[in-house]
Amino acid sequence: SQDSKMASVVPLKEKKLLEVKLGELPSWILMRDFTPSGIAGAFQRGYYRYYNKYVNVKKGSIAGLSMVLAAYVFLNYCRSYKELKHERLRKYH
Amino acid sequence: MNENLFASFITPMMFGLPLVTLIVLFPSLLFPTSSRLVNNRLISLQQWMLQLVSKTMMSIPNPKGQTWALMLMSLILFIGSTNLLGLLPHSFTPTTQLSMNLGMAIPLWAGAVITGFRNKTKASLAHFLPQGTPTPLIPMLVIIETISLFIQPVALAVRLTANITAGHLLIHLIGGATLALMSINTTTALITFIILILLTVLEFAVAMIQAYVFTLLVSLYLHDNT
Repeated sequence: SQDSKMASVVPLKEKKLLEVKLGELPSWILMRDFTPSGIAGAFQRGYYRYYNKYVNVKKGSIAGLSMVLAAYVFLNYCRSYKELKHERLRKYH
Repeated sequence: MNENLFASFITPMMFGLPLVTLIVLFPSLLFPTSSRLVNNRLISLQQWMLQLVSKTMMSIPNPKGQTWALMLMSLILFIGSTNLLGLLPHSFTPTTQLSMNLGMAIPLWAGAVITGFRNKTKASLAHFLPQGTPTPLIPMLVIIETISLFIQPVALAVRLTANITAGHLLIHLIGGATLALMSINTTTALITFIILILLTVLEFAVAMIQAYVFTLLVSLYLHDNT
């Protein structure tokens, strides 16, 4: 009886994002591992998630590489938006 | 237009943080490693290309020079990928900065020359005087050969910088000209076509790396092993 009660309540720290209820969200965010090694681990996990889904497959297509390059172009555009703002086609700048 | 022309060559910083570090490290994301025998298509393609390049390039020097294979292959991969990524719109190319190219050229050239001096001192010094020169000309020729030796790293760096920068500038200029001429019809088609051809030619920035590594290799070969 007591074991079943403990087994059905998963601790907050180990829930994935989509399983966290909205009210618990701030405390979930605060409980994440923000140490350098934690952040590095997050990047590594994200990288391998993308890599294993799109590149490391039997018949990988050009899409795996193209999505990365498209994201690169987009990020560079965001970075240089301030200077590019002035190049719009307007009569008076 | 004048200020915008060179704005793309400013080192990217964001809120004072050196974003350029991330941009320099980005090409490494595109070359995964694997310890399997049979890999996915990306890695297989890269391995095939790398084998092709290393076989053509490293068959020339003798075994002593072939110890530089790892360094030279990393070099060609880095410069090639960086230049090709720079052809994407709005991106920043680190090899347009002279500081970076000098940082690549000077240590590699110095390593080759010093290796040559340490292992084959007489032969290296003999490079300063070509065979069969008439005696009165000797002092002048030694000076000229010394200058030509010391100008090699500078030439390597400046060659790479100038080529890539000039290519990017031309693309900006011609693209801007096309946009401006859009309202004045007939010439537009011609200029757009020129842009297309220029971009294709510029895709041979890969040939640029070929030039870089090859020149470096020739110099290395001469210095080390005669």
